[in-house]
Amino acid sequence: MRNNGAAAAALPPRFADWFAARGWTPRAHQLALLEHARDGESVLLVAPTGGGKTLAGFLPSLIELTETPKRARARALHTLYISPLKALAVDVARNLEMPVAEMGLDVRIETRTGDTPVSRRQRQKYSPPDILLTTPEQFSLLLSHRDANRMFEWVKTVVLDELHATINTKRGELLALGLSRLHTFAPAHRRIGLSATVADPVPLQRYLVPQPPIGEAKSALVIGQAGAKPDIEVIASESYVPWAGHMAYHAMPDVMGAIRASTTALIFVNTRAQAERIFQALWRINEDNLAIALHHGSLAPEQRRKVEAAMTRGKLRAVVCTSTLDLGIDWGAVDKVICIGAPKGAARLVQRIGRANHRLDEPSQAILVPANRFEVLECEAARDAVLAGELDGDPPRRGGLDVLAQHVLGMACSAPFDADALYREVKTASPYRALTRDTFDRVVDFVATGGYALKRYDRYAKLRRMSDGKWRISHPRIAQQYRLNAGVIVEEPMLDIKLQGKGRPVGAGGRVLGHMEEYFLEQLAPGDTFVFSGNVLRFEGIRENAAYVTRTQDPEAEVPSYNGGKFPLSTFLARRVREMLANPKMWGSLPEPVGEWLRIQEWRSIIPSPNQLLVETFPRGSKHYLVCYPFEGRLAHQTLGMLLTRRLERLRLRPLGFSANEYALAIWALRDMGGADMDKLFDEDMLGDDLDAWLAESALYKRTFRNCAIISGLIQRRGLNEEKTGRQVTFSSGLIYDVLREHEPDHILLRATYEDAGHGLLDIARLSEALRRVKGRIVVKALDRVSPLAVPALLEIAKEMVAGEAHEDILREAEEALIADAMRR
Amino acid sequence: MRPLTLTLSPGSGGEGILYGVHVSPDLHIKLNGEELQLHPSGALWWAAERTLVFADLHFEKGSSFARGGQLLPPYDTRSTLARIAALARHYAPERIIALGDSFHDRDAANRLDDNERAALRELGDRAEWIWIEGNHDPHPPTWLGGLITSEIAIGGLIFRHLPSPQPAPGEIAGHLHPCAKVTRRGRSIRARCFASDGNRMVLPAFGAYTGGLDVRERPLRALFADKFLAYVLGTKRVYAVAA
Repeated sequence: MRNNGAAAAALPPRFADWFAARGWTPRAHQLALLEHARDGESVLLVAPTGGGKTLAGFLPSLIELTETPKRARARALHTLYISPLKALAVDVARNLEMPVAEMGLDVRIETRTGDTPVSRRQRQKYSPPDILLTTPEQFSLLLSHRDANRMFEWVKTVVLDELHATINTKRGELLALGLSRLHTFAPAHRRIGLSATVADPVPLQRYLVPQPPIGEAKSALVIGQAGAKPDIEVIASESYVPWAGHMAYHAMPDVMGAIRASTTALIFVNTRAQAERIFQALWRINEDNLAIALHHGSLAPEQRRKVEAAMTRGKLRAVVCTSTLDLGIDWGAVDKVICIGAPKGAARLVQRIGRANHRLDEPSQAILVPANRFEVLECEAARDAVLAGELDGDPPRRGGLDVLAQHVLGMACSAPFDADALYREVKTASPYRALTRDTFDRVVDFVATGGYALKRYDRYAKLRRMSDGKWRISHPRIAQQYRLNAGVIVEEPMLDIKLQGKGRPVGAGGRVLGHMEEYFLEQLAPGDTFVFSGNVLRFEGIRENAAYVTRTQDPEAEVPSYNGGKFPLSTFLARRVREMLANPKMWGSLPEPVGEWLRIQEWRSIIPSPNQLLVETFPRGSKHYLVCYPFEGRLAHQTLGMLLTRRLERLRLRPLGFSANEYALAIWALRDMGGADMDKLFDEDMLGDDLDAWLAESALYKRTFRNCAIISGLIQRRGLNEEKTGRQVTFSSGLIYDVLREHEPDHILLRATYEDAGHGLLDIARLSEALRRVKGRIVVKALDRVSPLAVPALLEIAKEMVAGEAHEDILREAEEALIADAMRR
Repeated sequence: MRPLTLTLSPGSGGEGILYGVHVSPDLHIKLNGEELQLHPSGALWWAAERTLVFADLHFEKGSSFARGGQLLPPYDTRSTLARIAALARHYAPERIIALGDSFHDRDAANRLDDNERAALRELGDRAEWIWIEGNHDPHPPTWLGGLITSEIAIGGLIFRHLPSPQPAPGEIAGHLHPCAKVTRRGRSIRARCFASDGNRMVLPAFGAYTGGLDVRERPLRALFADKFLAYVLGTKRVYAVAA
């Protein structure tokens, strides 16, 4: 490490000595941050893992607190640290205690999370610590208290950790609104944002500072020293690359070898089903009985905590995990990251690889394991992007109206508000910069009386406008209800999984194994098998709030996926994959089977250029197929599939079904679709009436509505006296949607739902962009049989179910089965 | 907002969509010797007696929740009324039976607005109403007109709110809000249904915000000694499915 005496002089002696005693030199970005903070400026620090980022964030506060004698300070909160992860807040607090103790600083540090005991929460209100570490939800709750201003008016610094992971989410929107209120309480406070490397820091810089009524403001920017380039290896066999699937079973011996060669490996996968299956596959060949653990969101919290604790103690050789471990506590022992399946995005890959990096100057070791041929292309494209230092960035989202509604109610719980003042305040939050006054007023009206054209609920109003023009809550009960229901993370309704003995009637008791999403379990028929918590289980049925299962000997579970990939392939990475596909010069670096696959495709059909959309049609068996390759991710393809089948039905081509994956969409029909006018079929106008008609009955859209209804406070998750079960909420929210859509289609909550669906489960925004991109660039190839490129999509038809939507055909079939049963002799 | 227009005068009758109700051929079944038609809206039509039957209308369920702080869209009553009116226009019944829990709570009738009251009166003028008492509305308001009773026997049938725990041939009841989940090829659909073994029957809830109880849950299964069928409501027709 280079010596930097002058830089060290910028630190007070006590701090300089401490750095020296540890054999450290302050890093340039730590000092730069300090300088900005001394000038009272807000600043964004972008630096890779292992660069002393967290310490950098706290240095200005620690120095300021030390320079001001305790008795000269107000007994007040000086620094607020907000992390998206509760565990991270706790861990950072613990790490911060070390320098504080070693330098003998008189600084009180405390955390506040959902686990903090009531007595300590009470004390924190009248005797706040110097530094409080908490989460966006707790911050929001604190702001809704009647005397919130007393707690926050002396705040000098806010540190926002993992800002890149928070910014484009509803939690980030809630946090932005909370910060706008904090700015009113403590106008002089500065903000320090900490972020991993991002493609474009400007949206984060804007997020950090209050936005002026006209124009834009952004914080200062400090970019930390880049780490060493990672070593990324793509494992793909020269002799065998699977056509389809996501499990990469063929590569398990290689993965096992990599585990053996490392101290501790993190094995990232994209879905919980993948985690379960790969965990099983590894244990089948784990001859040395290496300590390999499993970590994902459906496992009981105690079990997850156990794994995390064993990890901290260095007891594990590998953990198979989902995105639950993308962020979080630094585990010193991790020296290898193995990513199985598609990386999905370059930024996500960098984040995951960074989990193995603790020394800035040493390269992190990463292995990518593609599970099929398209994933080979995706892995190669992602590796090239990471090595070239290019990252994908999502464009900033507009703040959700459901989140705004929750905030408005929270503010009313704190103190009566003046609508003009609150509107001005909200607009300083960058996600709400473009909020119009009319929309804001409609949100306030929604919170107050439901915002309906039919004014029926004045007497049940939650907010009332007083004679002084201010809005206040109508009853203290409203504030209690708000606190019970606050937060923007909507859990899917869950059912317990109960294991019962064979041959017993369904519902006759059993041991609870864990819980799973109701919508997945609702898709199962008795006799279906699936893997959960390392066991192959047979589904028997749902009774009340539990799904009953029995053990089965069948080694192969039939139902392959639950909660299939949450994150779609990024737009940026999709473009790189299309470019790689279109450029035969790049095929040389691919494994032989993949290169051969593309060469035969070129000969038999067409390799589309990066901006073209290839549409192939061919007969197979008794059906006709249409396969297209937009590379826009499963969610956008699913929406496209819904809309195209509607159009094909109108053209009387008798579509029967479709299947979507990250790269392609396959539709099958009774008639040949090759004669259809593809430009017309794929025209953007499908996002008009066709989309509208589909949304009216879409189960995915109703789920989006339900989330918005819960976040906005229309539907309460928890009542004051009872906990409502998720099942009841799901069912009735669909009925409420139907009635609202019928009677008041332009209601503010339906608008919130539509805006949310643009990015969420239906990815309409992305589909719309894709249709615009390929307009006039559709190449059609009518084939006499399936093309090489279409094979993976067709293989998935047999394996994967299309999530979410079911038609009434199911009822017809069930009726026919009944009749057949009745007529059997 | 759509205006509330409930006209009962004859208009463009026949097949088609009226206020969201598909008016089309129904499923005919025999129950204790009487021939009944199951309509995909969840209504029961007894042609021989020119009687239309609805269960669990739950008027003003929305405002009932609003009192508790959940400001649900205040359109559930008019949505339910519009569907009743469309069916009344289609069948021109002489008698309409509401099988109890017509009002979501004891105060619900007081919360109806003038339009909704007028619509109810107009419906009352069209046919003789029989209001069965339910557990949510043990005393339906008398201004509605018609007969208020705990149960009524007509021909081979007996109409009551709560299904009797004993075997009850010819019983038509509500209260349980049956619904069925049908799964095929990894996809499933959940919808309201009639439940019947050919001997007795439970009607689906007709109210706009009324939820459902799975037909395989004990309270429903216990009513039928042997096999029974779920008559599942589709958008255009009713499907008979093994329960």
